[in-house]
Amino acid sequence: KYKLDNRKSNVDMFNLTGPSRTNRPDNTAFTQQRLPAWQPILSAGIVIPGFTLIGLAFIGVGVALFVTSQKITDLEIDYTGVAATSPCFKCTSFAAENCMCQMEFTLTTLFEGPVFFYYGLTSYYQNFRTYGVSKDGYQLSGDTYYFNNPQDSCAPYQYDSNNNPIVPCGSIANSMFSDTFQLYQVVNGMKKQVPLDGKGIAWWTDYNIKYSNPALVNGSFANAFSGTVKPVNWSKPVYELDPTDQANNGFLNQNFLVWMRQAALPKFQKLYGRIAEGDYAQGLPAGNYTLLINYSYPVISFGGTKKVVLSNVSWMGGKNQFLGIAYLVIGSLCIVMAMVMLIIYAKYKFTDDDEDM
Amino acid sequence: FFPWLVCRWRGGDCWCRTVVSNLPYEDQRPRNQPNRRYAGNAVKTNKYTLWSFLPINLCEQFRRLANIYFVGIAALNFIPEVNAFQPQVALIPICVILTLTAIKDAWEDFRRYQSDRELNGTPCLVYSRSQHGFVERRWKDIQVGDFVQVLANDIIPADILLLHASDPNGVCHMETANLDGETNLKQRRVKSPFDPLSFNATVICEKPNNNLNHFKGFLEKDQIKIGFGIESLLLRGCTVRNTAAASGIVVYAGHDTKSMLNNNRPRYKRSRVESKMNKEVLCCVFLLFCMCLIGAVGHVIWLKTFSSVPIYFIPDSDGNETPSVVAGVYRFLTMIILLQVIIPISLYLSIELVKMGQVFFITQDIDLYDKEKDMRMQCRALNITEDLGQIQYVFSDKTGTLTENKMVFRRCTIMGTEYPHTENGESGKWVGQLWSHQDTTVGRDNILPALPMDRHRHRDSTAGIPSLAFSSPLEREVIPDQNLLWSVKEVERRGVAGHWGLQGATHLEFFLALAICNTVVVSTETAQRQRVRVRGPHNSSRSRGLLPECMEGLFAQFPCLRQLSSCLKSVSCRRHSLSEDPVQSTLYDIPTSSSSVVSEDEVQASSLAGPKEVHYEAQSPDEAALVHAAKAYGFTLLERTPSHVSVRLPSGTTLTYEVLDVLTFDSVRSRMSIIVRHPHTKEIILYTKGADSGIMERLRVIANKTQKHLDMYANDGLRTLCFTRKVVSEKNYYDWLVLRQGAMAAIDRKDELVRKTAADMETNLTLLGATGIEDRLQENVPETIQALREAGIQVCVLTGDKLETAVNIAYSCKLLDQQDLVFTFNTENTFSPALRREVCKNMLSGTLAQLPLYDTQEAKVSVGLVIDGRTLGLLLDSDLQEGFVQLCTHCRAILCCRTTPLQKSRVVTLLRSKLGVMTLAIGDGANDVNMIQAADVGVGISGQEGMQAVMASDFAISRFKHLKKLLLVHGHWCYNRLANMIIYFFYKNVAYVNLLFWYQFFCGFSGTAMIDYWFMIFFNLFFTSAPPIMFGIMDREVSAAVLLQLPELYRRGQHEGGYRRSTFWIAIADAFYQSLVCFFVPYWTYKGSDIDIFTLGTPMNTASLFTIIFHLAIEIKSWTVVHWVIMVGSVVVYFVVTLAFCAMCVSCNPPSDPYWTMQEQMSDPMFYLVCILTTVVALLPRYTLHALRGTLVPSDHLRARQIDNMPPHHRDLWLQEWKKLKDLCASYPSLSSSTAQRYSTAQSPSLTLVQDPSPALAQSPSLTPVQDPSPSLVQSLNPKLAPNQGLNSAAL
Repeated sequence: KYKLDNRKSNVDMFNLTGPSRTNRPDNTAFTQQRLPAWQPILSAGIVIPGFTLIGLAFIGVGVALFVTSQKITDLEIDYTGVAATSPCFKCTSFAAENCMCQMEFTLTTLFEGPVFFYYGLTSYYQNFRTYGVSKDGYQLSGDTYYFNNPQDSCAPYQYDSNNNPIVPCGSIANSMFSDTFQLYQVVNGMKKQVPLDGKGIAWWTDYNIKYSNPALVNGSFANAFSGTVKPVNWSKPVYELDPTDQANNGFLNQNFLVWMRQAALPKFQKLYGRIAEGDYAQGLPAGNYTLLINYSYPVISFGGTKKVVLSNVSWMGGKNQFLGIAYLVIGSLCIVMAMVMLIIYAKYKFTDDDEDM
Repeated sequence: FFPWLVCRWRGGDCWCRTVVSNLPYEDQRPRNQPNRRYAGNAVKTNKYTLWSFLPINLCEQFRRLANIYFVGIAALNFIPEVNAFQPQVALIPICVILTLTAIKDAWEDFRRYQSDRELNGTPCLVYSRSQHGFVERRWKDIQVGDFVQVLANDIIPADILLLHASDPNGVCHMETANLDGETNLKQRRVKSPFDPLSFNATVICEKPNNNLNHFKGFLEKDQIKIGFGIESLLLRGCTVRNTAAASGIVVYAGHDTKSMLNNNRPRYKRSRVESKMNKEVLCCVFLLFCMCLIGAVGHVIWLKTFSSVPIYFIPDSDGNETPSVVAGVYRFLTMIILLQVIIPISLYLSIELVKMGQVFFITQDIDLYDKEKDMRMQCRALNITEDLGQIQYVFSDKTGTLTENKMVFRRCTIMGTEYPHTENGESGKWVGQLWSHQDTTVGRDNILPALPMDRHRHRDSTAGIPSLAFSSPLEREVIPDQNLLWSVKEVERRGVAGHWGLQGATHLEFFLALAICNTVVVSTETAQRQRVRVRGPHNSSRSRGLLPECMEGLFAQFPCLRQLSSCLKSVSCRRHSLSEDPVQSTLYDIPTSSSSVVSEDEVQASSLAGPKEVHYEAQSPDEAALVHAAKAYGFTLLERTPSHVSVRLPSGTTLTYEVLDVLTFDSVRSRMSIIVRHPHTKEIILYTKGADSGIMERLRVIANKTQKHLDMYANDGLRTLCFTRKVVSEKNYYDWLVLRQGAMAAIDRKDELVRKTAADMETNLTLLGATGIEDRLQENVPETIQALREAGIQVCVLTGDKLETAVNIAYSCKLLDQQDLVFTFNTENTFSPALRREVCKNMLSGTLAQLPLYDTQEAKVSVGLVIDGRTLGLLLDSDLQEGFVQLCTHCRAILCCRTTPLQKSRVVTLLRSKLGVMTLAIGDGANDVNMIQAADVGVGISGQEGMQAVMASDFAISRFKHLKKLLLVHGHWCYNRLANMIIYFFYKNVAYVNLLFWYQFFCGFSGTAMIDYWFMIFFNLFFTSAPPIMFGIMDREVSAAVLLQLPELYRRGQHEGGYRRSTFWIAIADAFYQSLVCFFVPYWTYKGSDIDIFTLGTPMNTASLFTIIFHLAIEIKSWTVVHWVIMVGSVVVYFVVTLAFCAMCVSCNPPSDPYWTMQEQMSDPMFYLVCILTTVVALLPRYTLHALRGTLVPSDHLRARQIDNMPPHHRDLWLQEWKKLKDLCASYPSLSSSTAQRYSTAQSPSLTLVQDPSPALAQSPSLTPVQDPSPSLVQSLNPKLAPNQGLNSAAL
């Protein structure tokens, strides 16, 4: 306490005897704007090392990317069937139902594994704003209240004509890609099925956290969806999406999850399965292959195309030449700039010296 | 009889306020109170109450267009067909902005509320009928009509009509420092004595107004009217001094008081940069419109490409497709919502924050702090800091602005004899030295009693000046002219008081006039002390505060010392009376208020040695100087009351004059008079003093010699005053008195009538003599003006002073240079107005015709312009305006003399509007207020003449020299910072918003955002908001030292170098380029892959953030710790917030769900590669450009920065180099021209235009060279010219 009083009286005395300090601004580096500062000045001489360094680094990265990208093989098979010669042409007419078509291709060398099997669409605007909005996140997270009362965002795929709630509601779900694929290797005239592993193709978080199925009702999964109807375009209800694997049904169906993650661009591909089992763990050996397609998804009406893509992936994902080339170009540009700067620097340096003389 | 009915009777509108005493109604209900309609004394300056805050504040905020725009956008989002985001989320930005503003407002308002409460609760004394005396109440309880008593040193609670004062003469002194900063005491006088209980008169006065110097009204009692004016009104907020108690009736209370009506809020001006910025905002609106139109048209075209309905189209609720045109309109609106950020609404808030920061730094500058006055720089207008960086014209007052306004009596002329006071010239410096020295030694002198006399003697001899007056400010230092002193003494010895010979009488009368013809108040020592103590820390030295205690202790210990000390005093005082020198003892000035012992001594000493020490409280420094001058010659003003004034003569006799009337000073008459009755002869004498223009034409006999002396004084830059005397016959006086009283009681046109009666009296005067008072230049004025010049600022001085005085000051402060060609516009008074106009016109056209000759010459002559006020009036007329403005643009310096306040403001307004230049007006007095308000930036100097100028100003400084740093450093910084910040802000928004726009080409122009809306909000709110604000407050291109050394760096701001339309468009173009890069590099990388919307958006968002941050990093000129923290902090915050949000928000705001996207991307090496590439490509052009510019076309600023980066000794060398180079460049043409030519220009630097009344000459105006001897003005300029010529020829 003594100390406190002492200080107080000090302050008083201070005020009394040093009145000039009362209104005087603090003389600190901050208030006087004298903080020590680094003041870089950009000039030709200074940026040369920077450009050189960036240039070299970029060329290095560019080469690595380019080489990696070169190693990746991919195979695209367009099966839209626009041309009359295409095996799938027959399926493009409206009359065709449960149409199957076969595409054949030949691999001359080993298609190194693991091979990823994608389907791809073009001119398909999954990023169309009203389309992207058209789903009910609560419903998809298994909240049964929203089974009977889908959110308005799903309209007009909220209720069917009989006013039954649609589950899963909304346009995204309704327009789910419905083609299915089977891949066969032709060995000695015999078709040997190549297993397409459809597990784990969706995001881990989507499967485990974001989406979940409703709890079983009376031990039956189907009962959980009672009172709701399937989306208009669907042939099967959501709890029967995968007849082969009971666990791969409902909102946790892997293909459904993949579809629900909207593509960013109108030309996109989505993972269908992986070839990583049995004989094909090392990849697809050279030979003839047959792709059997259950063709049901209409795209020709809006000028879209459908394709299947086989690709092996590296650390940088699928095949993409762009990034490597871009790095190389920019890296070279930086080197060129460094040289230009060097010339300018030298020229000005000498003229400066002349002036100084 | 109800007063307000009286009001009604007097017809139509009520011009007056009627107040009666509240006492008879004390017990009645408020309904019956007669004065209930007038505002009470409680003040409320807060705008809001707890309940009304929300609605009122919202209302106020929605007056801003920007907020309405924001709300409109948010509302648009609630239309389902149009909305781009979830409607609720779209409300967030507007809510944030409204909340922030509301918090700011609330805080300010709360502070006002607190100070109000404190003020309202202050105790005061109010008369109560029941208690039969004054009882304590609070300020807020006071009503109009109450009787209030104010004790000494109390603050006056309301505007009170003074009815009683403890002083027997009915005088009350008050100090108005709180109101206008004037520290001198003002006298207030009781007009009619009263007793509260029996007070039954009605007070009728004017309605509340804000004129502090004017008040009129009358007391009506039994049909007798007693008029009163401002001299009877105690003003709220002032302090009573020297008066034990004063009481009166409250006439205005609370918000009606003059001080409250004068209490203006800080002004809100719109700065030039901001108004320009608003145009750029319109450009952004246009840009937005174009983008939305592209979106809408694109959408329609896109829809047309589909022959049938794609599966991903959503029909409306009826199952129908929207017609494509309607869809296009919808998309247009959606786009507006989506791209709204391009219009930088948050810019306004950011600018406000930046300016707050800038104001903080300006006020914190220790270089702008004035130690003597303990004053910082004040920014009264908060939002025009950057205008300081664009000033092109500075209009300055002279007195008190360029000069100290501390007057020193320098010379006088009596009856045609000039007394040069040669020693006096040196005294100023000497006193200054001694003064600072004395501060530290005075204590010792007294404590060591063995030495003092020797000490004093010693010091006297070394200084070589016989008299000492310690503790005196400059104006008290007058060393008498020996000749004059001798003749005064001679005269006095010969004659008895009042019966001097004719010749001698004039000498004595002259000093008498000096002593009594003024309004100086004599105050006592104690009053002075109290004041100093109460006002707190204004004492200048530390030793003084400690001294009393030491002394006390010492005296207590050694009683003998005390005796010795008093003994010493009497000795020194006796010496005073013996030598007849105006010596004040050193010992007197030791502040002894806390030591009763010493003050007793003092009293003893003073009674022993004669009259006690007097202090003068003068309203103008001139008066103080004159009174002190008179005192130096032994004519000591001893006392001044309303009724009499006492003067002690050198012989020691005291004359007490009865004061009959004082004709106060006004600027129209430019003189003041006092009418007194001589105590012995009983003659009525009128003493008048005034400017020679106001006196000379009223003299009985023209005094040529004195006029010559006056011209000489003016030439030396002295302020001149003439003193006259006149004996008035009794009859004349009483005749006049009737008129006078009539005028005083008048309500309508009172001023005019009073002035007229005063002028009637002031005729047929006899000249006694004239004085020359020096007004010293403030320190560093020439350097400051020089620096402003170099900075490309035109300096104009507008003064009320005489032409010659002003011209000389102009030369001495380097406004005019000896090399300058000076045109003088001066029309004689004697011409008729029409002729004057004609002459003026011819002069103007003649000069304009002449000017190109000088411009084309190889040696470019800088032109100065000197204009007399009367001529200025003509030039400001509409037909001559154009020519005048044209002339001004050619002139390097403009000097206007004898200008009225109105003319000052008209000059400013004219140049400002015709030339479109940025103007700054600086002044210190009430006469500069018009000018300060007319200019873009008004700067007030808190000086000797009160605070009116400061009140009207945007910035207040205490010395003229501070203007240099204020403009060259702070102005420069603020402008560059703000300009860069605004440009950056535009860039930032366009760059970010365009990302979304490019995406529209890939989503069918449907208004999808690939970045989650929350991130878009965060992006502007958290990630990128702090860096530009910091940039706007703290960036520093060139250091203060270099800016001060190289004023020409300032020129960039004048020509809007920092903020051009081109700069804006370059920034926008860069923004487009960068957004293209930020969009398309990720686009091509992820094209055709299985990437989803928000995963694509993440690298775009991140790359964009890096680009925007690094873009700023390129622009930042100096990196301090704060810069690093904020820049790195922003990036860190981005990652932390984004990761956290992506982890937490599973489906918190459907349909946008960025869940885990950031984490997904950050686990992918491609993400980093994309971000790095994008950032590098985006910034490469700007970086390269900066580097190339730094080498190929380095700007002055860049060079200055290079110099700035050098080590100190190198830097000085380079700065010298630079200056030399510049001087060389400047003088190069003149070097090349022949020596002879140079000589000729040097020989005739001052060409004076003199008009000739003969029409022949008027028709062919010509430049008359200085050598022409006919006009008096030319002669007056000659002395100045001569040394210059010598100098030049010597140099050659």
